[in-house]
Amino acid sequence: MNKVVDNVEKACAGIENGMTIMLGGFGLCGIPENSISQLVKLGTKELTCISNNAGVDDFGLGLLLQNRQIKKMISSYVGENDEFERQMLSGELEVDLIPQGSLAERCRAGGAGIPAFFTPAGYGTEVAEGKEVRVFNGKPHILESALTADYAIVKAWKGDTAGNLIFKGTARNFNPMMAMAGKVTIAEVEHLVPTGELDPNQIHIAGIFVQHIFQGTGYEKRIEQRTVRQKS
Amino acid sequence: MALDKNQIARRIAQELQHGWYVNLGIGIPTLVANFIPEGIEVEFQSENGILGMGPFPFEGEEDADLINAGKQTITAMKGAAYFDSATSFAMIRGQHVQLTVLGAMEVSENGDIANWKIPGKMVKGMGGAMDLVASADNIIVAMMHANKKGESKLLSNCSLPLTGVGCVKKVVTNLAVMEIVEGGGFKLLERAPGVSVEEIQAATEGKLIIKGEIPEMVL
Repeated sequence: MNKVVDNVEKACAGIENGMTIMLGGFGLCGIPENSISQLVKLGTKELTCISNNAGVDDFGLGLLLQNRQIKKMISSYVGENDEFERQMLSGELEVDLIPQGSLAERCRAGGAGIPAFFTPAGYGTEVAEGKEVRVFNGKPHILESALTADYAIVKAWKGDTAGNLIFKGTARNFNPMMAMAGKVTIAEVEHLVPTGELDPNQIHIAGIFVQHIFQGTGYEKRIEQRTVRQKS
Repeated sequence: MALDKNQIARRIAQELQHGWYVNLGIGIPTLVANFIPEGIEVEFQSENGILGMGPFPFEGEEDADLINAGKQTITAMKGAAYFDSATSFAMIRGQHVQLTVLGAMEVSENGDIANWKIPGKMVKGMGGAMDLVASADNIIVAMMHANKKGESKLLSNCSLPLTGVGCVKKVVTNLAVMEIVEGGGFKLLERAPGVSVEEIQAATEGKLIIKGEIPEMVL
């Protein structure tokens, strides 16, 4: 089945004000750069964004924040972004902070048809407020619900025209489970290839989870913390 | 002499056992990887999706697609594996990781830990810390004994919003190694070289349990 769209404009054409959007990535690693730029261009507003982080001030989701396009962020870690902190403390931005493993599992559950699950993470903390607690094997757990989204936007290294995806290194992170949890999933890829070129044994996410795929362009792939060692 | 950050890391590295999978948090915990004892093989897990994390890359060899949970560029060891975030936390919650080392702003005598939020001041989020502390059997906290204002970080009760309850097993600070005992209390196991029991007592707000002679750490 051919899932290819010509470009990012066509891929993002259905995204409307007020929608809930999942965006893959950890920090700036594995983020859908092309689609974020397109959302900035479109000026789509009142978005609820589900993403592990919120980018930095001038890159990634930080661009949407600067443009005041995000109403609510659902994330696990939002440090290193001054504009985010300012909007959160001033009350302009709603923020739901949830443990990283719970965020990943909530997306996975959403895509897998599991409405909720119990996890030990967050028991006894603010995260547990208002949530059902149940003891399993002598240990308290809290009930977390699944997350889904109107759109999930993911970034892969390679993809084929059927929407099968392969990720590279730690750029995989949240991309696979978000691809599963989107009602519509857009995949932007560094290398788009014809079907038959990817080894089915190596595919990380099957095309069934992807509705639109396009060849991305001009990836900056910015590094947030460049750490190196000297050759001795 | 109180320990410096590298010495704290060196002391924690003595806790490593052959064959363990280990998750190191940001800050002092990251330094533990530099002091793996001779003859011991461990593998480092970083919760953003790598098992078999190696040292920082050589200059010019950084890869934007290869970072750790602190968003730093890293390398992968031979035999490394990449995986998604759900699988990563399956390793953590499923107790496939034998040791978690993380920093803290406060630890209480019953093993509660606070390290993610200062109300009204700092709200960066918990990242993976809540999943890690709620799940790991073996949690060591690496931190300074006092905060920048000189106040004890080892308390009878945490004052900051909690990351997890009753989960910390051991605390290694610049002054001492302590174990959190059933029923509550920091049991003093070792002193930093040249630091007296009295100094440690004075720097500890929570209940410090002192039984018999307390040996100096051997670094």
